[in-house]
Amino acid sequence: MKAVTKLIVAAALVLLSGTALAQITITYWQFDFATRVEAINQLIAQFEAENPGIRVVHETFPHAAYAEQVAVAVPAGQGPDVAQLFYGWLPMWARAGLVKPLPEQFFDTATIDAEFVPMVQVAKIDGVYYGLPTSVRTLALFYNRDKLEAAGFSQPPSTWDELIEVAKALTVRVGPRFTQIGLGVAPAGQDHHLIREVLTRQFGTPPHSEDGRQVLFGNEAGLAAFEFYTSLITEHEIGVIEFVPGAGGYREGFRSLENIAMIIDGSFAVGDTAAVAQFTWGVAPIPTLDNGVRANFGSFWMNGLTPNAFRDPAILEASAKFLEFITRPEAMRIKLELVGELPARRELIDDPQLVVDPVFEPFVAALAYATATRFVDELAQRRVIIDAVNRVVMEGMDPAESWRLAAQEEQGILDQFHRQ
Amino acid sequence: MTTPGKNAKPVLTLARREALWAYLFLLLPLAFFLLVRFWPTLQAFQLSLFTWHVDPLQRQFVGLGHYQEMLGEPRLQRALLNTLLYTLIIVPAQLVLGLSIATLLQSVTAFKGLFRAIYFAPYVTPAVAVAWVWSWLYSVNFGVFNNLLFEWSLFWEARGIPWLSIAPQPFLTSPSQALLAVAVVVIWQGLGFQVVIFLAGLQGIPRMYYEAARIDGANPWHLFRHITVPLLNPVIVFSVVISTIASLQLFDQVVNIRFLDQGGPLNSTLTIVLYLYQEAFGRFRFGYATAVAVLLFILVLVVTIVQFKLISRRVDY
Repeated sequence: MKAVTKLIVAAALVLLSGTALAQITITYWQFDFATRVEAINQLIAQFEAENPGIRVVHETFPHAAYAEQVAVAVPAGQGPDVAQLFYGWLPMWARAGLVKPLPEQFFDTATIDAEFVPMVQVAKIDGVYYGLPTSVRTLALFYNRDKLEAAGFSQPPSTWDELIEVAKALTVRVGPRFTQIGLGVAPAGQDHHLIREVLTRQFGTPPHSEDGRQVLFGNEAGLAAFEFYTSLITEHEIGVIEFVPGAGGYREGFRSLENIAMIIDGSFAVGDTAAVAQFTWGVAPIPTLDNGVRANFGSFWMNGLTPNAFRDPAILEASAKFLEFITRPEAMRIKLELVGELPARRELIDDPQLVVDPVFEPFVAALAYATATRFVDELAQRRVIIDAVNRVVMEGMDPAESWRLAAQEEQGILDQFHRQ
Repeated sequence: MTTPGKNAKPVLTLARREALWAYLFLLLPLAFFLLVRFWPTLQAFQLSLFTWHVDPLQRQFVGLGHYQEMLGEPRLQRALLNTLLYTLIIVPAQLVLGLSIATLLQSVTAFKGLFRAIYFAPYVTPAVAVAWVWSWLYSVNFGVFNNLLFEWSLFWEARGIPWLSIAPQPFLTSPSQALLAVAVVVIWQGLGFQVVIFLAGLQGIPRMYYEAARIDGANPWHLFRHITVPLLNPVIVFSVVISTIASLQLFDQVVNIRFLDQGGPLNSTLTIVLYLYQEAFGRFRFGYATAVAVLLFILVLVVTIVQFKLISRRVDY
């Protein structure tokens, strides 16, 4: 054959072989968090290399618009096959039909129970898993080591009394206003979790009953926890709500503007802080009371399958494969490296190398006692705590009265959900 | 010559033929309107009678259940009250300020275009950017407004007149000030549009009325009250109706100005549309949210009809 003919035949063969493999395209959605997006892109590259017949389209949306986009796209048959969601949203999403249970043929419940950390069990409804996380997070105290040392503190505070002392030394006032605060309080950030899940337990009561249907934090211990938190703002004046305006203002104040000395934040903030902070910073376990009782709030973003994934067996298989891939140990390591989120598998938590890293040590240690609140509607329940704090700080309401109202509102939310 | 008899066809006059062409061309936008506006509105009425599920088979009929639920919902009642307050503050303010600025601009000769551009600039700025900047302006500890108040207080205290000093204000962090603070932002942003339409209206008033009145001894206030305002009636009605509808549907600025606590603090800036949005896209209760949307539709319809009846006046000189 002539050379040109050979070339044409060769090209045709290459093209044909490419199209012979039926290309399945699945779509993965998550909200826009720079380091997470990068991590998923790397994982997708690896996944596509391993599975040449599957192509994964990765789309992200700003956090504020994310749930809205999913709610609009999925009923129209568009949008994601695999979608990320905050575990606290699961009951509302499942009830609206936006995520479906993981098919047993690809995901065995008993295996997941055994291999993943205990808090992941909250991703179950009626004993069936609705999704899996790549990573889990806990809370810890981020502190500005430079500022602490300049004020004469060589160690971060380990008890709440010590924290108040440190924060007072680092709070700077000019007249009635502040130019620097010791603790970046943020009820609309992670502090509502701190109050609901951590302080209540430290003061002696679980926030909800075991089955998640009864509000328990309205009792004396819960009130003591709430009064303690509000006293940080009203009495000790070491924190100001919305000191730095804007979403995530408390984080910006800590790591960019450097006018907040300490914040309580999740391990997901480690990646960004490491990239942005121009000062020496450290992470310490959340302080305890003198009784030494430890508690922490664990949470995770899970990946679930939408009804779109179930429209075709090939797509379902591809989606299940992708979900399985991004929850493998190797994927979790990548997330840890790039984002700073802890692996969700038990085998990795026991990794000695992980525990040694001073930044992750407090987060990992907290996994042993961290609990994930059994939310029915995280957005509404979040607002209950924010309003409770605002009533005391902004309207001067008696904490006992405000907390009573909060317990009532929360019970109403739980009742309304379980009634339907 | 034939005369038209009983069996003659109706005459297709030129006027009729032109009208037919007009109807034909209007058919396309009308079809579009019916499909994109009316049909979804009817669907919304239907949707409000069901609970929502992605799978249509799992949607349950609740009849007027959502409407009953709305009656007892304190957040919705607060949202309604706030929306009414927003409207009562924003509409008159925009009307008065818009008309005043337009009147003043009319007599300006130098840099007219520049002034108009400055006033119109906020109107074309994205709501997110506006809200972001204003949340910093209103910041208790770092904002420009409190800084100015601080300087002002220092000034008077240094001169031994401390009672003139003003304490730093909480603005957006106070349930009593937040709504007003947001209203100011909305007024500021919508002002440009009002100025432009009033300028156009003012330019449509014939000079000879003013000259005739001046000859009869009218002063500027008489001119304004008896010539300008009555002849501007169509523009005033337009301004009031448009800004009322916009205020009743207020959403953009409210959502963005307190991003982590939308509608706060303590529901003091919550509007009907924001409440609807939270129910629909935060809690996926589309059936209930659509019922709220129907309520809003009725509210806007009633208010607009009432306004047209009350304010519209035909004035001929």
